Amino acid sequence: MSKFKKKNKVTENIPTSALPDIIFMLLFFFMTTTVLRENEMLVEQKIPEATQLTKLEKKTLISYLYVGKPKNTAMYGTEPRIQANDVLINTSDIALWVNQEKDKRSETEREMLTISLKADREVKMGPISDIQFELREVDARRVLYASVGKLQN
Amino acid sequence: MASKRGRMSQEVNAGSMADIAFLLLIFWLVTTTIASDKGILNILPPKQDPNVPPPEVPLNERNIFNILVNANDQLLVEGEYLDNTNQLSNDIKAFILNFGAPTPEAMELFNSLPASLKALSNRDSKSSDHPMQGGAVVSIKTNRGTSYETYLEVLDNVKRAYYEIYAERVGLTSEEYRALSGKTAAEKELLDRGKENLPMSISIAEPDKLGGN
Repeated sequence: MSKFKKKNKVTENIPTSALPDIIFMLLFFFMTTTVLRENEMLVEQKIPEATQLTKLEKKTLISYLYVGKPKNTAMYGTEPRIQANDVLINTSDIALWVNQEKDKRSETEREMLTISLKADREVKMGPISDIQFELREVDARRVLYASVGKLQN
Repeated sequence: MASKRGRMSQEVNAGSMADIAFLLLIFWLVTTTIASDKGILNILPPKQDPNVPPPEVPLNERNIFNILVNANDQLLVEGEYLDNTNQLSNDIKAFILNFGAPTPEAMELFNSLPASLKALSNRDSKSSDHPMQGGAVVSIKTNRGTSYETYLEVLDNVKRAYYEIYAERVGLTSEEYRALSGKTAAEKELLDRGKENLPMSISIAEPDKLGGN
């Protein structure tokens, strides 16, 4: 028993003066690593799962196309629509949009432009293949099917 | 007052600083979403000139691995129904590495493969000739009514078969191989050695019109 009594003499204060600094470091880490969403989503986005993901290195080369059922079904209907930047566009407008995206980039980067296709998992292949056809027409042939990781069985 | 000030401790009470920082941190965590640019990269074929008919590539039926997905998301792989895709990537691996009728160059490739991949080779004359250019093609055909999720699942499995072969050739795991960026010469060398003479031949056919919109 005497062994236990001895322990009480040791001061049990943990120095917490460095705690704010640690938390601030965490905060700054998150602030620098996260990217704020630039545009509001007008279509539903439940990204499908896949296992064989690759990561793209250069973020500046990526342009996003969002495909899914509109959130505002009263206004836009229930058929899947395409969102580019912050507006809903038709399939025929894709060519124009791709050319605008290409103009934003330098000459050398243009052919490496990658379209990240963020499609909802409930979208059918019909609209997807229409988009791909348009992308082929304007020679933006690098397509990334955005997906989230799934554990491999 | 002046005398009192001298006795007061000059320290600012910093005990609640951690709480304030925590609040900020939690606010940030809740309001932000980490943008991830991960996915499956697919290079579309160049556009077709309407005046020039598409080039006829003579391919033997045995050199094509047919995957059909209908509007109900049912799979027909090489003429057989599949309920799930669990076995699909293994089947594709066996198909790619079949070496049924290899050319001398393909034989050289076969001899360079590690033993674990050689073991997958059936040397079946009814399956693909060799995995080099024009030897073994995986064809995916969907329907306009097929769901995007199923299409991606099938494409994922085809990619998985290829990546596993590539990774095996350079002695890495599939994850490690896919994480290679090709930024340094050593990484690029590994990447190239993995896919040397074994191109990803995935043909994605235009979906047919039935059952879609």
